[in-house]
Amino acid sequence: MEFRFTEEQEMIRDTAQAFLAEVSTSEAVRAAMATESGYDLDLWQRICDQMYWQAIHIPEQYGGMGLGYVELVAMLEQMGRYLLCSPFYATVCLAANSLLLAADEAQKTDYLAQIVAGSTGTLAYTGMSGRWDAAAVEATCEPSGDGYLINGSYRFVPDGHTADILVVAARLPGSEGEQGISLFVLPAETAGISRQWLPTMDQTRKQAQLVCDQVHVPSSALMGEAGNAWPQLSKIIDLAAVAIAADQVGGAQQSLDITLAYLQERVQFGRVIASYQAVKHKAADMMLKAEAGRSAIYYAACVADEVLTGGPMAAELPEAASIAKAYCSDAYFFNAGCGIQLHGGVGFTAEYDIQLYFKRAKSTETFLGNAAYHRERLARQLLDGEVAA
Amino acid sequence: MKLSFSAADEQFREEIAGWLRDNLCGEFEEIRFRGGPGDEHMYVEERKAWEARMHRGGWTCIGWPREYGGRAASIEQQVIFNEEYARAGGPGRMGHIGETLTGPTLIAFGSQEQKQRYLPGILRGEELWCQGYSEPNAGSDLANVKTRARFDEDSQQWQISGQKVWTSLAHESQYCFVLARTDPDSVGHKGLGFFLVAMDQPGVEVRPIEQLTGTSEFNEVFFDEAVCSAQDIVGLPGEGWKVAMGLLGFERGVSTLGQQMLFQNEFDEIIRVARENGAAQDPAIRQRIADAHVGLRIMRFNSMRMLSGGGDDGSLQKEAMIYKLYWATWHRNLGKLAMDILGAESEILDAGPYELNRLQSMYLFTRSDTIYGGTNQIQRNIIAERALGMPREPRG
Repeated sequence: MEFRFTEEQEMIRDTAQAFLAEVSTSEAVRAAMATESGYDLDLWQRICDQMYWQAIHIPEQYGGMGLGYVELVAMLEQMGRYLLCSPFYATVCLAANSLLLAADEAQKTDYLAQIVAGSTGTLAYTGMSGRWDAAAVEATCEPSGDGYLINGSYRFVPDGHTADILVVAARLPGSEGEQGISLFVLPAETAGISRQWLPTMDQTRKQAQLVCDQVHVPSSALMGEAGNAWPQLSKIIDLAAVAIAADQVGGAQQSLDITLAYLQERVQFGRVIASYQAVKHKAADMMLKAEAGRSAIYYAACVADEVLTGGPMAAELPEAASIAKAYCSDAYFFNAGCGIQLHGGVGFTAEYDIQLYFKRAKSTETFLGNAAYHRERLARQLLDGEVAA
Repeated sequence: MKLSFSAADEQFREEIAGWLRDNLCGEFEEIRFRGGPGDEHMYVEERKAWEARMHRGGWTCIGWPREYGGRAASIEQQVIFNEEYARAGGPGRMGHIGETLTGPTLIAFGSQEQKQRYLPGILRGEELWCQGYSEPNAGSDLANVKTRARFDEDSQQWQISGQKVWTSLAHESQYCFVLARTDPDSVGHKGLGFFLVAMDQPGVEVRPIEQLTGTSEFNEVFFDEAVCSAQDIVGLPGEGWKVAMGLLGFERGVSTLGQQMLFQNEFDEIIRVARENGAAQDPAIRQRIADAHVGLRIMRFNSMRMLSGGGDDGSLQKEAMIYKLYWATWHRNLGKLAMDILGAESEILDAGPYELNRLQSMYLFTRSDTIYGGTNQIQRNIIAERALGMPREPRG
């Protein structure tokens, strides 16, 4: 039984932790989140040029490091812990995953090389409804000349206003549900696309609205088979859910850690408040949530790894993703919420960081479906005999 | 990071699964899935016969070293054994206290003579043990035991007097290991001894405790100058706490996957009921069923991390420390979910005067899960103090 990090994986995690502790400080996070782009370009270039994180799980044949999803998850956990403001998630966990799972060789060679070189990307599939399943895809695409014509709107697109590369989902007019969905990869500067930053409650993760108005793309932009992309898109969404759950675990852990530090220094009635049993018990519950969430994402990471490498556990992806996303969403919110409560009055101030975690807990919970959404998805598998795509 | 057992371990799994297929049948068919927590009072004679069968197959005490008749099975193999045993519906083990508690304690702390005298009977499944720790005023505060052990110079024997409580299988056991105070003036951890006491003697009286389930797995045991030979103290007088605490460390998660298999059986039954009576269509119930599923799956991954050993960061201890709080709370919630799915039928018993069905019994019994073996509140203290380094509770 080796359900633990290897020494190499521990090293990757520790390196990420040390780097982020230095660059993603409270001051740095607050400076980045106040901008419309949401990140510090110099830091992003440092991440790409020195750390090479954007290339972590891109196969070596496309210029990447060729590591697996476990290594990626180990890093994402640290990014969540330090509230990293960066296009990393959208670029690596949305755009690169889309390319790895759905693109043809020419597209991979072209776009993965761009990502390795530092270009950013994202995935847009949800329309105005705010759903996260196949019915979320509202934009349409239809054959036109030697390519396709895309029309429609996308909302809640992570870093959509700054990404260089877009992967977008669109459906054949009149199609419904899982039918008729196609995926395209295109430069964000393609004519007819307008992009608008959406101010958000959680300022550490930026979202945008995209409108495609008569966007013409060549047939070389189509990923996979026209109208049959749901199996791929479904996997991409599940991989993205695993990745965001890792961010949540890191946040849940740090919510506990910064709260503990405060509890150990704050004195009331002549003793540190960490010595009160009512406080200790809440902290114990927070640790349980963080540890159980960690178990969930490590399992999901093992499954995700096999999705990319073709192992036997790959079939467990929908279940693993929903388990991780359901549990970690609740765990992060619980820990950050308890964190504010245990901080007392200062927990309500802007000055203390716990509020930033509380807000990121909610935004990551909502993104890709909250716990109730994922539990219902599991219930369909358990109770209705439904086989997930 | 891998979530699988080695090929050799999987071969071991085949071996035990095969043996159970060939042996847990015929005369033993009726005790499959019986005698577990909440059902320990059932089929006692049949389960004793099963212990003997287990011994003939070489499947008792597999974690013990070979020199004491065990298989020296690795932690992984013991986990697999327990998982397959539960999967096959193996009945609640009559000999589990001797096998998992007395045996390892004697192997670690016992004299040569004690090992020779007591280990073979445990191995054969013939001599059953019970645990004499808790007392009316020593529950969570175990160090507060008041039972006294006095060495009688005339007879050269120990005389034990006092009361133990929550002793399961006391009326079926030949022996009890008893934590008792050798120094009458001592308090707390100091001045305790660890004694091996025969149950069949005039100075020992067992009284069953009727539980809220209407059944009696637990007992009170009264010692009134019960005797224990000079050779039957483990360690020295005054070392009882060390021996008792060493015993608590032997569990090491080997039973976790077996326990989870029992939970899975209950959960499957709950799903079957929900699909049958239509509760599976209720959105609120669906959420709770899925939540239970998430919780049980994560319980497995927690165990896997525990079994994989921790890194230098001490994650093993942390994992192990949340385990009791996690499973007990999960299981208690499952009991309530089962009743909510049964709806109005949850109140109606199988028969009078108080014959509970399996889910009703589970529901009521789970109220003890968050109490025995360290209450949820004690677990939270342990986590806060030992894992998170928060200040310790004042101790009297």
